[in-house]
Amino acid sequence: MATAEPERLMDGETMIINLGPQHPSTHGVLRVRLELDGERVVHAEPVIGYLHTGFEKTAESLTYQQCNTITDRLDYLGPMTNNLAYVLAVEKLMNLEVPKRAQYIRVLFAELTRVASHLVWLGTHVMDLGAMSLFFYTMREREVILDLIEAAAGVRMNPSYFRVGGLAYDLPDGFHDKVRDLIKDFPRWMKSYRNLFEGNPLINERLDGIAVLTQEQALDWSVTGPNLRGSGLPLDLRKDEPYSAYDEFDFKVCTRTEGDAYARFWVRIDEIYESMKIIEQALEKITPHGPYTTSDRKVALPPREEIYGNMEALIHQFKLVTAGFPVPRGEVYQGVEGPRGEMGFYLVSDGGPKPYRWRARTPSFYNLQTMPILCKDGLVADVISAIGSIDIMLGDVDK
Amino acid sequence: MNHNDPEILDRLDARFPGTLERITTVDQPTILVSKDMILALFEQVKNTEGYTMCLDVAAVDNFPAQPRFELVYHLYHPTKFARLRVKSRVGVDEQMPSATGIWPGTNWPEREAFDLFGIRFAGHPQMTRIYLPEDWEGHPLRKDYPLTGNRVD
Repeated sequence: MATAEPERLMDGETMIINLGPQHPSTHGVLRVRLELDGERVVHAEPVIGYLHTGFEKTAESLTYQQCNTITDRLDYLGPMTNNLAYVLAVEKLMNLEVPKRAQYIRVLFAELTRVASHLVWLGTHVMDLGAMSLFFYTMREREVILDLIEAAAGVRMNPSYFRVGGLAYDLPDGFHDKVRDLIKDFPRWMKSYRNLFEGNPLINERLDGIAVLTQEQALDWSVTGPNLRGSGLPLDLRKDEPYSAYDEFDFKVCTRTEGDAYARFWVRIDEIYESMKIIEQALEKITPHGPYTTSDRKVALPPREEIYGNMEALIHQFKLVTAGFPVPRGEVYQGVEGPRGEMGFYLVSDGGPKPYRWRARTPSFYNLQTMPILCKDGLVADVISAIGSIDIMLGDVDK
Repeated sequence: MNHNDPEILDRLDARFPGTLERITTVDQPTILVSKDMILALFEQVKNTEGYTMCLDVAAVDNFPAQPRFELVYHLYHPTKFARLRVKSRVGVDEQMPSATGIWPGTNWPEREAFDLFGIRFAGHPQMTRIYLPEDWEGHPLRKDYPLTGNRVD
């Protein structure tokens, strides 16, 4: 926390400075238009849209199953939670039952991506504050999680592993052991990270009391996720409105009351531990073999071996691949707790195989709106702390 | 599992008799209200009913229906965990009252609806495009806007 009043260079006159869109601390292509009075920020206005790709328009031309690939690319550090929100929305509209085993596997991967996402946040946030080395360690460990995702889904970054009705594929052989290794190594990782930042006066000074968001402001500005919990509100969709069998897991909702960057920092660190607890429990519940997708052949692809010997399976496969499945007319909203807050999908169906309206409620878009509040009257250097502490993802903001 | 409160519809009906139309959906209580009534309804829902969060504002283009656009507000009660969906319709040449006075967080999603659908919000502090460049022509999420193609001048 800065104690000395910085010198005001120009009396009453302000200066406009652009931070970004190519600034390394803006995590992508965020531009912040800063109005400065000397070193003090008078107004900080985020200017977005540099990564706008028109996902919502594209989705209207794809079938429901194909849209899944777009959800990966919204918040590309937490793709599984995006998948989850989307497939749950479609399943709710279709009133489709998913096997319990698939639900547990979904929980496992949702939490794995949450840990991976928080690791990237931890590395980049601390790097923005000047500590380079942590980034290399967190990225190295994130790679272990991405290897697990690759083992199951075939790709590291945009897995589309969850499908309407269940999962794309079953877990590979030996998957349980790999996750157990990760659980075993995890305390050692966290200890090595904590050695680097815990009690470090440089990090504390840059975060303590910086970028404060009160509870009322957080609610007014539709802030969700760790940012809201850092302001003292214990809202967590996994607890409040459990989806995908989350009510069978034992975990804590992590909160802090201060509402500053330091509080949000610790909420996320605590969440990593809670996520690992969920992963451990999920692994116990997942049997090595069992159903991984619904048996409804009007939705899920038939197994490969059936296609070659069964006429009906061949027809189903052909229909699903070429035309997709129809979804009943109506509208639905489903939100899940993503790494950054409430990731929700609002879908309007006209009864056809493609969505009539495909709306993504992305958490970063709302969280970023609070920038003018967070940065008001702070120093320019605190803007960097503020951006890192609300953990935005530009793919999520710009859609 | 949800904690929605369907009885809120009865209470709102009693408060605004004859102005709300209930819509049956699979997930949460939903009402359709005229755009002239919507701010009064929001005041009531926020201050009396305690739905203090507006999670999302989504626009839907129902071309060629009249009025053309539908705005969908997803409201949330942060202690009861109840959800409420409020919808309202607005035509191409009409203005929708802005909810920014009640939920400041609707600022960006309303700008987004303006940018991508061309819906204007009366009383919005900054009714400018948010994603696309200022000189962009057209509003991409409208149903009569092509998905692909080269521009021919």
